[in-house]
Amino acid sequence: MADDTVLRGHVTLEYPFTRSTGPVVGAFLTGLREGVIVGIRRADGSVLVPPCEYDPETAEPLTEIVEVADTGVVTSWCWNGAPRERQPFTSPYAWALITLDGAATPMLHAVRVDSPAAMQTGMRVRAKWRAEREGHISDIECFVPEDAS
Amino acid sequence: MTAPLDPVAPPITLPPSLRDVEPVQRVRTPFRLDYEVSAGRSMAAYLRAMKEKRILGERCPVTGQVFVPPRGVTPTSGLVTTELVELPDRGYVESFCVTRVPIPGRDDLQLPYVSAWIVLDGASVGFLGLVADIPPEEVRLGLRVQAVWRPDDELGETADNIKYWAPTGEPDVEITSYEYVGQPGEAP
Repeated sequence: MADDTVLRGHVTLEYPFTRSTGPVVGAFLTGLREGVIVGIRRADGSVLVPPCEYDPETAEPLTEIVEVADTGVVTSWCWNGAPRERQPFTSPYAWALITLDGAATPMLHAVRVDSPAAMQTGMRVRAKWRAEREGHISDIECFVPEDAS
Repeated sequence: MTAPLDPVAPPITLPPSLRDVEPVQRVRTPFRLDYEVSAGRSMAAYLRAMKEKRILGERCPVTGQVFVPPRGVTPTSGLVTTELVELPDRGYVESFCVTRVPIPGRDDLQLPYVSAWIVLDGASVGFLGLVADIPPEEVRLGLRVQAVWRPDDELGETADNIKYWAPTGEPDVEITSYEYVGQPGEAP
């Protein structure tokens, strides 16, 4: 009577959340929709990108949203040779920390090049914007080498 | 050195490019995990019994409490369980919640719906089910219910075989303790 075969099944756990952004993260996303990247200025004048509500060192509220460039420098990267479902691309690409011109901190995004040989710390990249934007990090399709066509 | 935190954050200032546009106030942040599960000894037995419209629990060798669904271990004693117990598909509502907000992707749940902890006769804990065939405002603690199973040709190795729980018409159960449900008289 006892069935000794292993009983297996596929399980999907899914929370299709939508969350409210607050004014600071909302400004970052509004910028993406408008095709600009914004950060927030600290007391010493440096700019955090993406912006955060409070200073990471002093906990002071931060209030001055400022534009930075959509070009910058790769400060660190790793190659994703086997992309998984729901990652930005189905073919291999790089994850990179990119310090945009005008920013003091790097932000994470995908860099689209043909192979890891085309990636280098210190390389300059620029954002490739989507034509239709909604206020989401994926409004930037990826970053590409600055001199790429 | 740090100034006292103001509970109300001061207003932010925006660059010219963002001053006259509709601000983004919401963002989608979906979370999804896909994985393969092996049911394990107890859950496999439970699910296989479900296919035959039977409900299995497990008895704790120390306290005698009956847990359903069975997990292979008793939560109170931490011991491996060995005795499977067949439970009737009848019980009572231990607690419930009326939901009036839709869940994306669950169009099968018609609003409002009632989810409840059902304590099966002979079980020591409740387990989750939907209560239907009764207006939500008439659902109450102690309501006697019985499983409504899917048609035989739709049965699988899944707890979805129980479509919902329907009132039996029996007198309500008087709930005297929340800690020792199913074992009246043993409350501390």
